[in-house]
Amino acid sequence: MMVAGSDCCGRTDIKGYLPCEQCGDLRNKEDREIKIPRQLGRGPSSFIPVEEILQEGTERAQRQLFIEAFVSTGRVDNVTMVMGLHPEYLASFWKTQYLLLRLDGPLPYHKRHYIAIMAAARHQCSYLVGFHVAEFLKVGGNPEWLQGLHRAPQKLRNLNEINKILAHRPWLITKEHIEALLKTGENSWSLAELIQALVLLTHYHSLASFVFGCGINLEPGQEGGPAFQPPSPRSCDSSPASEDGMSSPSGKDAMQEVEVLMERMKLLQECQLEEEGVTQEEMETRFELEKTESLLVAPTVDIAEPALPPNVLCFVEEPEFGYKDFTRKGEQAPPTFRAQDYTWEDHGYSLINRLYPDMGQLLDEKFQVVYNLTYNTIAMHSGVDTTMLRRAIWNYIHCVFGIRYDDYDYGEVNQLLERSLKVYIKTVACYPEKATKRMYTHFWRHFKHSEKVHVNLLLLEARMQAALLYALRAITRYMT
Amino acid sequence: MEKMARVTTALGGNTITGRTMFCHLDAPANAISVCRDAAQVVVAGRNIFKIYSIDEDQFVEKLNLRVGRKPSLNFSCADVVWHQMDENLLATAATNGVVVTWNLGKPSRNKQDQLFTEHKRTVNKVCFHPTEVYMLLSGSQDGYMKCFDLRKKDSVSTFSGQSESVRDVQFSIRDYFTFAATFENGNVQLWDIRRPDRYERMFTAHNGPVFCCDWHLEDRGWLATGGRDKMVKVWDMNTNRAKEIYCVQTIASVARVKWRPECKHHIATCSMMVDHNIYVWDVRRPFIPSAMFEEHKDVTTGIVWRHLHDPYFLLSGSKDSTLYQHIFKDASQPIDRANPEGLCYSLFGDLAFAAKESLISSDSNRKPYIGDRRHPIFFKRKLDPTEQFEYISSSSALSVFETDLESGSMDWFVRTAKQYALAGRPLAELCDHNAKVAKELDRDQVAQTWTMLRIIYSSPGTVPSANLNHSLGKGSTSLPLMNSFNLKDIPPGIGNESRLERSKGESRSENILMDSSSTLINNDENEETEGSDVPADYLLGDVEGDEDELYMMDHENPHAEEQEYILPQEAFPLRHEIVDNPSALDHLQEKADSPHVSGNEAETVSLTPVESFSLISISHSLYENRLPTDFFNPIVRDMLLFYAEQGDVQMAVSVLIVLGDRIRKEIDEQTQEHWYTSYIDLLQRFQLWNISNEVIKLSTCRAINCLNQASTTLHINCSNCKRPMSNKGWICDRCRQCASMCAVCHHVVKGLFVWCQGCSHGGHLQHIMKWLETSSHCPAGCGHLCEYT
Repeated sequence: MMVAGSDCCGRTDIKGYLPCEQCGDLRNKEDREIKIPRQLGRGPSSFIPVEEILQEGTERAQRQLFIEAFVSTGRVDNVTMVMGLHPEYLASFWKTQYLLLRLDGPLPYHKRHYIAIMAAARHQCSYLVGFHVAEFLKVGGNPEWLQGLHRAPQKLRNLNEINKILAHRPWLITKEHIEALLKTGENSWSLAELIQALVLLTHYHSLASFVFGCGINLEPGQEGGPAFQPPSPRSCDSSPASEDGMSSPSGKDAMQEVEVLMERMKLLQECQLEEEGVTQEEMETRFELEKTESLLVAPTVDIAEPALPPNVLCFVEEPEFGYKDFTRKGEQAPPTFRAQDYTWEDHGYSLINRLYPDMGQLLDEKFQVVYNLTYNTIAMHSGVDTTMLRRAIWNYIHCVFGIRYDDYDYGEVNQLLERSLKVYIKTVACYPEKATKRMYTHFWRHFKHSEKVHVNLLLLEARMQAALLYALRAITRYMT
Repeated sequence: MEKMARVTTALGGNTITGRTMFCHLDAPANAISVCRDAAQVVVAGRNIFKIYSIDEDQFVEKLNLRVGRKPSLNFSCADVVWHQMDENLLATAATNGVVVTWNLGKPSRNKQDQLFTEHKRTVNKVCFHPTEVYMLLSGSQDGYMKCFDLRKKDSVSTFSGQSESVRDVQFSIRDYFTFAATFENGNVQLWDIRRPDRYERMFTAHNGPVFCCDWHLEDRGWLATGGRDKMVKVWDMNTNRAKEIYCVQTIASVARVKWRPECKHHIATCSMMVDHNIYVWDVRRPFIPSAMFEEHKDVTTGIVWRHLHDPYFLLSGSKDSTLYQHIFKDASQPIDRANPEGLCYSLFGDLAFAAKESLISSDSNRKPYIGDRRHPIFFKRKLDPTEQFEYISSSSALSVFETDLESGSMDWFVRTAKQYALAGRPLAELCDHNAKVAKELDRDQVAQTWTMLRIIYSSPGTVPSANLNHSLGKGSTSLPLMNSFNLKDIPPGIGNESRLERSKGESRSENILMDSSSTLINNDENEETEGSDVPADYLLGDVEGDEDELYMMDHENPHAEEQEYILPQEAFPLRHEIVDNPSALDHLQEKADSPHVSGNEAETVSLTPVESFSLISISHSLYENRLPTDFFNPIVRDMLLFYAEQGDVQMAVSVLIVLGDRIRKEIDEQTQEHWYTSYIDLLQRFQLWNISNEVIKLSTCRAINCLNQASTTLHINCSNCKRPMSNKGWICDRCRQCASMCAVCHHVVKGLFVWCQGCSHGGHLQHIMKWLETSSHCPAGCGHLCEYT
């Protein structure tokens, strides 16, 4: 119903509406909910049918969040709507983003939005770029900066280097990068500012993953505006056949897939209690295997680079810098990041909270919420302990970024994550701009959309944490 | 026990010759543990597992336990512990979840003894039972604790914390069966090893993960915990409910805590991040560490006291790949560098000042100021004979300076604040009113200023010159006092009394200090040290410097040097040096050119009290004020700044508000904001909420204006179910109805809602207004006679 709300009023006149009138509108429409006429192909996501999102829109907690979001920002954007499928998470996400953008912090508001633009532009996410261009102007940013990165102050331009690295190959970030930014001089960053900038960058890189991963549509007001571009170029190329896994003939296979997955989880669980035969060396090789295998999991069709819309491109320098596989054969791989040596709980949190109070707490909550989020359901089964599956996804994402958990058997990833899912995860995590609807529909065909969104949330957070850990480790090294 | 004693004595020779030393490890250490004979230490980390012997002046590598061609993850240690009963027995916790025991007595190169692979996640901590040889406890990331009997292949019992991540496990020293476990969610649990089904006790110790805990070595009911929230807490577990008895706030999350042997209240800590030092705290003195070791260049990951009964040697391992032995003698003691001083103002101008005795008594070459009213109180902490390690006996003196009732009373401030009119009338009236108010309070100079402002900014000629003259003359007498710091200038009567007080204080302090070994403090000396500091400090606060009744400045004792006091920066931004002779001369010249500067009079005069006398005669308002009012703006601005610097921010703000646009652009936003916040702060301290609100409302600063809009929550109840509405929307959570319906049109009210306090019905403002014009009954039909005013 909220869609209706934001649909029926153009963005331009949103300001004219009192929030109460607006919400009253929505409330009235609640009764006739689904029947609201809407433009074809609209709705928050191009991957997920509108009904899917609205169906659960009547949930109380969710609605309350929407109202809150609306009251404080004057809109309920599509990202919020899709995340609303997991209200518990949305609450946490919302708080973090609110602190990041709108509450006290070392950076002035317009710079925050500009950094968000820079981050989103790295992944060619015109949705986020457009959104924050508008916000940037709203908080009184200098329109000249929007002509491109070259028009922005040197200080922000200096951020470009770590923006680029964090977006695509976070493991390359070193203390020298940090040093260069903090070096006293005219355009130097303070540590507190840098931390906020880092959180902003990682937040928007991973949010871009989410936007592409869920095929978020542009906001109604965004079209026609200068920022209009289809958000993910390939959202439209999906063949109608793969549209609906559930009703199509392949549904039966999908059914089986679920069964197989369930079976495997059960098996693994039992195995763990008995199996002790695995040697440490084998564990090690399993991780390496998973790492190298992730090379092959690149999207099968390498679609030609899409032409970047100029209004996004102007915020990007070195657009050719992209994700490169962590390990390529015959190359000196950067040393594996041992998760136990620099954990979020112990080290990352302490550092952030020291330099950017409250943010550590909120991020910590957010990571915890997403890591522990479960409804104990898998597709049509309920009462399932999904811990293993979630951990496998989380660790696989970290694995793709070169973070290794000593206490995890990476063999499990192979057992639990089917190939199409791996492809999807890898794509969305590393080069989200290449995500397509086909990928989205191909994995976990019998799963609910909300579960796929759940995967995307895991993706978002795991990716953010990975990048943050690399960045924070560099800062720690700089400080010692 | 006998054996133990022998070891200690044997160690005696060692202690004396030991020194601070270190050795490089090949890799970062994660944990260290010491052999019970205090002669060897084991260091474990991801890529290191070695035993070093501690010689007199160096560490010598004894044994490398990482053997085998292929480094296995089993060697990647998160924790290591050396058995305190059996010197051949070690246990490590591996990051891959394996618990390994090592037997140094094995003849082969590989000393690995047993392997327990029961944990699914990283094992964070292992702990041997203090008296039982074969009992080993482990705590893991998977939320389980396991107890192993080393004679068996498997764990004997598993304890589920029912939550994530066990961070530390420690056997109690007192109770054979008890152990404590700390968790990532902030809880601490106490378990009985015989009862694996349920914990005995649980309490929340920290906000966020509890990284470590340690049982007190002697006082056996004490448990110290350290957490990510940067706190070290000491819990008394003897009572039914765990009671927090001490709390130390550190500057970074606490990674390890270790009680110092033989010292009941000392505890060593190191932090997880950022801070590389090791601190030893006296928990009774939580604000400053009693000792500090600053050798490490990266975070310290393991600390351990070298011997169970020796408080002087601390070993530490660090991420910077070094192993250190710290000697207490070499520790830096931050307390030596600290000047414990405290200074605080009360609302009514009293000042309390506490400082170390030695500081106060050492400074003895200053003359006392007369008239301080003070109550020196001395605190002395007696040396605890049981505490041999108390290095610094702390003793400090607290003096309270009371302003005498008349001069220090802030009565005038309150009354002025209440009576001033700031808006709503023509300028002239406001000024007159305010001048009258000031006059009534005997603040002639202020009254004068108001009158001047009126003359400057409203039509001239309305003030009889006689009046002006008169007040001018009066003003001039009071003016020289502006720069004197009055709180010590006390009318003679009170002075006597205070002297009396003082002698009382003196005798009291003598009594108290009788037993102390330190030199007796001469109270007089003591006083004057503070006294001389005080005037400068007075300017810091909000106490006014221009109370007019204070012009009984002691002329026999002119404090010439006081003129030179420079205002502390933090009081007000010093934008203009007002007390500046050249500028005053400029004023004089200006005056010669145009005699109209009468408005300036007060200020100029006050600046240069000597010359002022001659000036006054010139400044009779013989001339019509025909100059544009803008002409005076710089002068008025200076006047405002002057008042503000004097501490009379009330005047500055009041004038600012009254004059409004006329003067606003002359003063930069920041200064204005500063004045406003100072004044509002003062008003609120005096609980003058209404006035402070009025000031906020009238202020033109954006930053101030919006103060009123912060945290203005109005809690409402649902009109149907009468319960509080937690919802932000218009629907009540509980009864699922629209809460705020208009009683007239029966639509939801969004926006202005008016309701009757009697029957709590209401609706759209317009509707209700209209309704009540024609009817006196409630539109809802409840029969209540509503009233709209």
